[in-house]
Amino acid sequence: MENRFTSKLRDFGQYGIFLAFVIICLVLAFSTPKFFTLSNLMNIGTQVSINALLAFGVTFVIITGGIDLSLGSMVAVTGVVAATFAHPDTYPVIIPVFIGLAAGVAFGAFNGLVITKSKVPPFIVTLGTMTIGRGIALILSKGRPVSNLSDTFNFIGGGNVLGIPFPIIILIISFLFCSLLLKKTILGRFMYAVGGNEQAARASGIRVNRVKMWVYTICGLLSAMGGILLTSRITTGQPNAGAGFELDAIAAAIIGGTSTSGGTGTMTGTLIGALLIGVISNSLDLLNVTSYYQQVVMGAIIIGAVVLDSMGKGKN
Amino acid sequence: MIFKSVGRCPTLKYSALSGLFCFAMHDDILHISNLSKSYSGIKALDNVQLSVKRGEVHALMGENGAGKSTLMKILAGLITPDSGKIVLDGEVLKNTSVTDIIKKGISMIHQELLIVPELTVAQNIFLGREKSVTGTKVGWIQEKILTSKATELLGEIDVSIDADIKMKYLSVAQMQMVEIAKAISNDAKVIIMDEPTSAISNKEVDTLFRIIRELKSNGVAIIYISHKMDEIFEIADTITVLRDGKYIETQNASELTNDKLISLMVGRELNSMFPEPAVSTMNRIFEVRNLSRNGKFSNINFTVHAGEIFGIAGLMGAGRTEIARAIYGLDTLDSGKILIDGNLVTIKSPHDAVECGIGFVSEDRKGLGFIPELSVKHNVTLASLPEHLRGILLSNKSENHAADKMISELKIKSFDRDQKVANLSGGNQQKVVLGKVLLSSPKVIILDEPTRGVDVGAKFEIYKLIRNLAAQGIAIIMISSELPEILGLSDRIMILSKGIQKIILSREEATQELIMKYAVH
Repeated sequence: MENRFTSKLRDFGQYGIFLAFVIICLVLAFSTPKFFTLSNLMNIGTQVSINALLAFGVTFVIITGGIDLSLGSMVAVTGVVAATFAHPDTYPVIIPVFIGLAAGVAFGAFNGLVITKSKVPPFIVTLGTMTIGRGIALILSKGRPVSNLSDTFNFIGGGNVLGIPFPIIILIISFLFCSLLLKKTILGRFMYAVGGNEQAARASGIRVNRVKMWVYTICGLLSAMGGILLTSRITTGQPNAGAGFELDAIAAAIIGGTSTSGGTGTMTGTLIGALLIGVISNSLDLLNVTSYYQQVVMGAIIIGAVVLDSMGKGKN
Repeated sequence: MIFKSVGRCPTLKYSALSGLFCFAMHDDILHISNLSKSYSGIKALDNVQLSVKRGEVHALMGENGAGKSTLMKILAGLITPDSGKIVLDGEVLKNTSVTDIIKKGISMIHQELLIVPELTVAQNIFLGREKSVTGTKVGWIQEKILTSKATELLGEIDVSIDADIKMKYLSVAQMQMVEIAKAISNDAKVIIMDEPTSAISNKEVDTLFRIIRELKSNGVAIIYISHKMDEIFEIADTITVLRDGKYIETQNASELTNDKLISLMVGRELNSMFPEPAVSTMNRIFEVRNLSRNGKFSNINFTVHAGEIFGIAGLMGAGRTEIARAIYGLDTLDSGKILIDGNLVTIKSPHDAVECGIGFVSEDRKGLGFIPELSVKHNVTLASLPEHLRGILLSNKSENHAADKMISELKIKSFDRDQKVANLSGGNQQKVVLGKVLLSSPKVIILDEPTRGVDVGAKFEIYKLIRNLAAQGIAIIMISSELPEILGLSDRIMILSKGIQKIILSREEATQELIMKYAVH
């Protein structure tokens, strides 16, 4: 039986990744003087924002015991869709944003619908919709980048408010929203229950399929936010954008302590996971490490984080 | 019918006559004495003895929890006894692993057949023994040799199953035959059959019995476990009865009657574990009419009043759990009506059931009861979260309050409300599940085996709790395999047999013998 001490130890283990993050930041601050400059930190925040948004979305999904591989394709589809309505002197900026988000919601809801109705594993379903989504993005854009976007639209990914890059503001607001949703709402609690023991959740009166519909839809919405941010930042709707983004997002969630078997995970952990990935690739850039080695390092960190996590669990 | 070799009768392979000779020796092939096994202080087996002769079918009888399965698991090498002696064919077995036991000649046919569905019949029979069977030196499996040997074996028990098809295409009865063939290929001297007829048809039972008789005539001893009385008297030569982990008696089947056997099995005194019944009202809270689910149960009718504990008794597979699951919306009903407070309700899912005021504590605590990774607090509030909303957000304070209330009322032993339920003991996990149901303020609670896997102390607490709930006016439906529990708590008892409602007895009428009598017919 667990006692107070081992419980404290376990709580401490949850912050292990946070500690690792702080230590890495400190080491970097001393080894590369450029690291702790305001402009570099803003730069990291902006770079991290898209991956973090996707990671928040996939965290919900993974907590319910599912997975979503179609994130990257959703980024492309929603980016292309938003860009199509974002040419100068056509519609006010709210229109492309709204249509882009709606496309993400529809895509996510479609994932949820197929998963709950067909009982095919989410891995397979979203593997399929990943390819379908990529195809749709190419069809909608006829395979060409959608460029010439309005300045107001480009502000979303490139502008500043009071010196803070707009993507960072979106990131902070989304984080607060997702944290509240997960920790303080009935839907959030139901996500943990469904991922922890789906049958028991059902027997407790939880409408499991509804919960799943919600998480895939929310995941679609957050992917659309990522898609719009990316399109705005690169000032082009790229049908080939976002390839592989799903893996970075899943990596951030896992590094942050979300278990792929479902039932556990926090938004704070995922945020730190995304920041850690961002900080490390940024510092490797600063240290002039080529991107080839960066990939090796990143892979090792993913495995290392999970090994640390499972060692922490073994102590109980 | 020729068996390759059975037991230590070298001449057996030449004729059935030598099998008779073996049988005539009348020595014990298996002798168990003073066998004991405890689980955390509770004696599952207490000084048990068992003697099985060559070529006999020895039935092992007892209620659920009598110690049959523990004894069988020890014999199969799955668990080690605390003390006692097992002698197989003159050799003392000690610390033997599952594979050793099989080599030495004890094979077990489990109720849940242990097969690999994607492999062929032949591959299943010789699984793990491919090299020795085919005599090959390299790791290259010669499928043809396996298939022909398997065909030979199946021919010996006179069953026509293609040794080359995948196991998954066979019926349960056929899989059983394959398991028996496997046992023979292992030169089994003793074959243990655990509820072999629980999932096969009457015709298949006949085939099984024919094979058992053949095995018998060749000197193989069968230890046969079943709840079905008529079967026992048809096939068994000798019957040993266990009760509460203790050896009671061994007798020739021909000297026993149905009633005598039942009284041997249940003959214990009711102890004072059960609180006094409260007075139930005549206020009908819950009523079902003509409930049926194809192949599981049919035409079930009963009413439960406010403050009443309605017991449902019956043997395993009688349809008790199936009725509970269907009422709660976990399975679909083919026909029938459910009324709560006199109003017809439609229940298509557990969600509907909870909305209607039904609570369910499943026998499958791990599978359906709780979320292991969530805390005690988050588990108990799971079915009543809307009550803890302040606006659209959950109030931590309100949840804490509800959790603390349940922890103190149900005496849940956890060091605080944030402890994970996975780390609690079975009894406390059960209380958490009960707490969850109670917080959803149900009018009716269905309890399926509420004290399974719960230690004696916690049992008593749960009994008191059930009584208190009834006294608060909740209608309680309790399913239990433990007769003393059913008799001690229920105000009325419905007895099921093979999905049919046999009778509803009042508290005064009901006795263990009467319940068993209805349950086995």
